[in-house]
Amino acid sequence: MAKYDFVVAVGGAPGQGIETLGKSLGQICARYGLYVYTYSAYQSLIRGGHTFLTIRISSEPVANHGDEIDLIIALDKNSIEKHLPNVRPGGAFIYNSDDVKQAPERDDIQLCPIPYKKFSSGIEDRKLQRTCLNTCLLSVALNLVGADLNLLKDIIIGALLKRKGQEVVDANFSVADAGFDHAAENFTKFDTAFEKQEPALAFVDGNSAMAMGGAAAGVKFYAAYPMSPSTGVLHWMAANARNLNIMVRQCEDEISVINMVIGAAHAGCRAMCATSGGGFALMSEAIGSAAMMEIPIVVINVQRGGPSTGLPTKTEQGDLWQLLGASQGDFPKIIVAPTSIMDGFDTIPELFNLVDKYQCPGMVLSDLTLSMGFATFDPDTINWQPEIDRGEMITELGPMEEEYLRYQITDSGISPRAIPGVPGHVHVVATDDHDEDGGLISDEYTNPHKRRDIMEKRQRKMEGIVKHLPPPTFEGPEDADVTLIGWGSTHGVISEAVQMLNDDGIVTNHIHFKWLYPIDEDVVNEVLANSGRSIIVECNYTGQFARFLRGETGFNADGHIRKYDGEPFMPHHIADGARELLIGKTELYVPYQEIVV
Amino acid sequence: MAKKERPIKGAPTAKDYRSVNPDWCPGCGDFGVLAALQTAYAELGRGSHDHLTVSGIGCSSNLPGFVRTYGMHTLHGRSLAVATGAKMANHELNVVVTGGDGDGYGIGGNHFIHTMRKNVDLLYIVMNNETYGLTVGQASPTTVVGETSKSTPFGNIETPLNPVAMAIVAGATYVARAYSSERKQLTELMINGMHHKGFAFIDVISPCITWKGDEIFDYWKERVNFLENHDTSDKAAALEQAVKTGHDTQLGLFYHDTSSQSLDQMEPVLEAGPMAHQSLGITPEQGSAIIKRMM
Ligand SMILES: Cc1ncc(C[n+]2csc(CCOP(=O)(O)OP(=O)(O)O)c2C)c(N)n1
Ligand code: SF4
Ligand SMILES: [Mg+2]
Repeated sequence: MAKYDFVVAVGGAPGQGIETLGKSLGQICARYGLYVYTYSAYQSLIRGGHTFLTIRISSEPVANHGDEIDLIIALDKNSIEKHLPNVRPGGAFIYNSDDVKQAPERDDIQLCPIPYKKFSSGIEDRKLQRTCLNTCLLSVALNLVGADLNLLKDIIIGALLKRKGQEVVDANFSVADAGFDHAAENFTKFDTAFEKQEPALAFVDGNSAMAMGGAAAGVKFYAAYPMSPSTGVLHWMAANARNLNIMVRQCEDEISVINMVIGAAHAGCRAMCATSGGGFALMSEAIGSAAMMEIPIVVINVQRGGPSTGLPTKTEQGDLWQLLGASQGDFPKIIVAPTSIMDGFDTIPELFNLVDKYQCPGMVLSDLTLSMGFATFDPDTINWQPEIDRGEMITELGPMEEEYLRYQITDSGISPRAIPGVPGHVHVVATDDHDEDGGLISDEYTNPHKRRDIMEKRQRKMEGIVKHLPPPTFEGPEDADVTLIGWGSTHGVISEAVQMLNDDGIVTNHIHFKWLYPIDEDVVNEVLANSGRSIIVECNYTGQFARFLRGETGFNADGHIRKYDGEPFMPHHIADGARELLIGKTELYVPYQEIVV
Repeated sequence: MAKKERPIKGAPTAKDYRSVNPDWCPGCGDFGVLAALQTAYAELGRGSHDHLTVSGIGCSSNLPGFVRTYGMHTLHGRSLAVATGAKMANHELNVVVTGGDGDGYGIGGNHFIHTMRKNVDLLYIVMNNETYGLTVGQASPTTVVGETSKSTPFGNIETPLNPVAMAIVAGATYVARAYSSERKQLTELMINGMHHKGFAFIDVISPCITWKGDEIFDYWKERVNFLENHDTSDKAAALEQAVKTGHDTQLGLFYHDTSSQSLDQMEPVLEAGPMAHQSLGITPEQGSAIIKRMM
């Protein structure tokens, strides 16, 4: 079978059920065994704003929302006006003909007007009539792509029968049939159709994937204060708290969130929280306190556009330096940026094992693109039982030869950690610096020798940590003209740009960073030695990663592609940038965002 | 330096809960609070490892270092949040939070309100000296109008907080005021506060001799008297007593709600025992059920 690669986009107002439509279509694709990646461009308004959801469907795994749109579904008048130009020539545009007096004009695409009022006239309840519009237009789309309408009906029954009753299901079915049949009679199908392939897939968003990873890692305590785009983690945890026995607390602010997490972690739980940049800023002081008390915690920062409350519903990779610099003083910490939605699942247990072993804070740097995007995955590839290694933890009274010292000076810097409640190990942990046994050194008129010893003990842990962290990944030919270097969520989109450039005859390879801190300079430089003309690709204004990499390794990239308009990269943004940089037109390329929501 | 934990033989006494000697100024009110707490811990009769003493930052917040229990000396103002996390992670621990008026009513004010609202099963003891002792004597949220301090050289113009009234309104289920020199009453209030299932709060007048001067104990001696003929189950009456202002300051239990459930009692996931002791991860069956919902 030739590769199937098709992009559907849906425009409409919030409250029109775009998410539901997207989810239904995603689930239908997953049942076909087709891979899906979605990106939702939306606004921070519950009603009255505008949402544009892009769903890329492929017979092969897909990790970005693509360059071109084959089919657009416009749920309201605004979307008709706004998005008519966004369909590629030869594509199709489905809209409700009741929305416009004059039909939209474009002769290089198939226009598919749907007389929705007529189709829904049998539905008496006006509100129900309105809410079924998305079902009707999706059914038209399903016809055009040659998909089975019964799969949608199955999903409707599953989602609505118990919650809303037969009447609502019947109403949805009636407009689904009307739309599907109308399309069959009046419109031309796309040349290639949906074809079933094995295995059937599951469909998940990035925040849920990280929450699931937390559950698999043994998170028993989760706390949060709602903040877009991280709230999905809270919602997943709250929905699954009872059946998985996870304590979920919504707190008064993010300061409380992280301090509760620290308390729970000290008492013996694996504890986690998630927030976005502003909330993370409030957590800063406590990050250092976890390091000082040597309590393992995991904090997820889902980046949105900054500074300040910034762009609540738009993406950016602008918090790297906030994480690097969070909290005063020097202390061991780990920063990791997952490279795909399902990598988010795997990252959490990996990180928990490290922070438990080294008793320090671990920070996950996600972003809106990764966290709020959906992707399909093969359910058989998910590892629900990752290794759980809690490190040197004392949970019961064993034979004790000598006095227990919580912060015992050791070669590895790791001191066995007794949990409150264990007899024979009573001690105090403190955010002021302290001696081996927890006694404050600041109150001893700051004993310089003890301070030096304990500082060196803590920092020795970094030498251990860095050995566990895999080097950046290297993909593509060894001798390349161009090397694209990225970090975190952009892995998928850069990969595709690399492919495009190679197809174009420009030999290109790709170096990608997931584990950001600490960095082993020698190991990283060895990987970087493979680069051709090097271009760092990142979603921020000042080149945060480029500056970080230079500082850690002395590596100076030849060029930069940066985007900071709130929308994620599309593959051609990067490929075009690489071409311009290659002919020496510029050292910094900032792509133009064509689709505006 | 914390001394090595000695196994307690026979019935515990206050002495078993002694640790290093406090570095407070001689004459500081906090000594009385520490002594009362050591007696209260002993009276409870559990092992020293069954208690967790949590504080923030301040002179008063140094207390966990002076008592032989598990302790957490956390950030300024964050003790209640940390203690809530620890309590919910292992609700079999007896968690006591100690701190100052700046720590609890100032920087930690938001946590103070919400921990009471949630009725977390903690005993919270505030050593209220109406000043920021450790940072050398600035005005605090409970400093009275007109008082001069390093930060109010021309007299404080801000109205002080009424912690007892605030606690009653915010949802604390055991609310008391005590005085560090009235050791017997203070100890009793602490013991009953530890037994109380829910958020128990004691605002303890604990004078700072260094920044308030030697006369401070005479000042309080003259003002304090005991709350009498008061129905502690009557919330409105408690509030009425609490908002009375004037020369007299009443000591005793203002409010005691014995029927409301604490947060851990309300939390179904604790039916399987303390979170910290529950098995980790998820079973393949639980995993399959999750996957099914995503297909
Ligand atoms: C975030 C932060 N801000 C300020 C301080 C400085 N600080 C330490 S203790 C304190 C006030 C303590 O007052 P209180 O809680 O009443 O305790 P007291 O010393 O009076 O017992 C302040 C402001 C700090 N440690 N942390
Ligand atoms: S400064 Fe005041 S509160 Fe602090 S120890 Fe001295 S007397 Fe006590
Ligand atoms: Mg004070």
